[in-house]
Amino acid sequence: MAKIKALTGAEASAEAMRQINPDVCAAFPITPQTPVMQKFAEFVADGIVKSEFICVESEHSAMSACVGSSAAGARTMTATSSAGLALMWEILGIASGLRLPIVMTIVNRALSAPINIHCDHSDSMGARDQGWVQIYSENAQESYENTLLAVRLAEKVLLPVMVCQDGFITSHGVENVAVYDDNKVKSFVGELKPYKPLLNVDDPVTYGPLQLTDYYFETKRQQEPAMEEAKKAYQAIGKELKKITGNDYGYFEEYQLKDAKAAIVVLNSTAGTTKAVIDKLRQKGKKVGLLKIKLFRPFPYEEVGRALKNISSIAVLDRSESFGANAPVFGEIKNALYDAKSKAKLHSCIFGLGGRNIYEKDIEDLFSKLLTNKLKGKEYIGVR
Amino acid sequence: MSKEKLKGYKEIPIGGLITEPGSAKKFKTGDWRSFRPVWLQDKCTHCMICPPSCPDDCIPTEGNLPNIKRKETDFDYCKGCGICAQVCPFKAIEMKEESGFIK
Ligand code: SF4
Ligand code: SF4
Repeated sequence: MAKIKALTGAEASAEAMRQINPDVCAAFPITPQTPVMQKFAEFVADGIVKSEFICVESEHSAMSACVGSSAAGARTMTATSSAGLALMWEILGIASGLRLPIVMTIVNRALSAPINIHCDHSDSMGARDQGWVQIYSENAQESYENTLLAVRLAEKVLLPVMVCQDGFITSHGVENVAVYDDNKVKSFVGELKPYKPLLNVDDPVTYGPLQLTDYYFETKRQQEPAMEEAKKAYQAIGKELKKITGNDYGYFEEYQLKDAKAAIVVLNSTAGTTKAVIDKLRQKGKKVGLLKIKLFRPFPYEEVGRALKNISSIAVLDRSESFGANAPVFGEIKNALYDAKSKAKLHSCIFGLGGRNIYEKDIEDLFSKLLTNKLKGKEYIGVR
Repeated sequence: MSKEKLKGYKEIPIGGLITEPGSAKKFKTGDWRSFRPVWLQDKCTHCMICPPSCPDDCIPTEGNLPNIKRKETDFDYCKGCGICAQVCPFKAIEMKEESGFIK
């Protein structure tokens, strides 16, 4: 039986970590750290989890400690946000290059400058090509469940996984969260069977040697099939998790999409706002729908292409920019639709940078522009 | 450099792991050398100052104290740093341009 608890998104992630009871967590203890680690540190202090908690002096060190602990053979988790993720940058590629199954919650927040602490996706979108699996969560419930899934996925395909949720909107907003039975979750997550742990003296291995022009390329080449494997494993593990939660773990969620004439593509919390608008507009007979991306890396091009192929007017909402190029989500959707030979009118909309609110009214306006073909070029929602 | 055939991405351990202990031995680094320490055996007193001074541990020895002897430098790994020539109190090691030895 699930217990309903009033939790913030950050607490929901910490709750997942409590149930997972990882061997090691390494985190930088002050801002831009998140309440995920604050709550988890309480669990450690109260003896509720057995995890070794390593307080380090920077986020660069946090990820470095995670790399060491994961290579040693310990189940390793951490969390960060914004500038913290930016400071981890160098080590992110080491974690994925060494194929270490570290799981990290990302509370999505803006990057400086200007200095800002609020929600946007510049942090994790900037890290999208660092070889980590990325799963995005609409709300606290999804953050909790995605974290459980992430641990299994990471360990199955030997890739690190980021589980993302919106800063403040999700991380600090209290919602009812169904927390599933500890024992069921623990048996779903299981025990880590580490691949070639450093501490196994009977099978000595070297992690992280120099590979120059002779082998670097081959080692990087291996990360691509690992991502393909991750795409398959995500679904298989999701099916297993569904037995506990009853929820689906698709690459994306389709909401009123089948017969939609106009659709919005967006990830994280704005998908929730969009659903509310769709419900309202559907009552007025407007054929509008949503495609909410959940798995962003690896990106499910084929499946997204198929789901959006017959929709004539699509707006892709990005909460981060790729200055001088297509915004991150927009670019991927465009690729998917090209492969699907879609003739949709596709629009890029940037919104919510630095935590600028997006309201139901904005989304309603966007849908009505989509339905009447009034969108021209790239749109900025809510900017003066 | 070793002459082993380079392997494809499906044939090597994942993550660039080295799964064979002591495999650095296979990586012959002697070809980095531009100077060669020439050992003048007639001047050598086998004082044992040079073997532990070599950062690459490539001056082999034979026997035990007090009858220990040094042997010829292992040119598979000697990088020609010249430390041995510096520390030798008997001028029994001379650094010569490697180019003069290439056949
Ligand atoms: S030149 Fe340097 S590397 Fe070569 S034997 Fe002497 S000390 Fe060792
Ligand atoms: S330091 Fe000189 S004398 Fe002593 S063992 Fe080495 S080469 Fe011989």
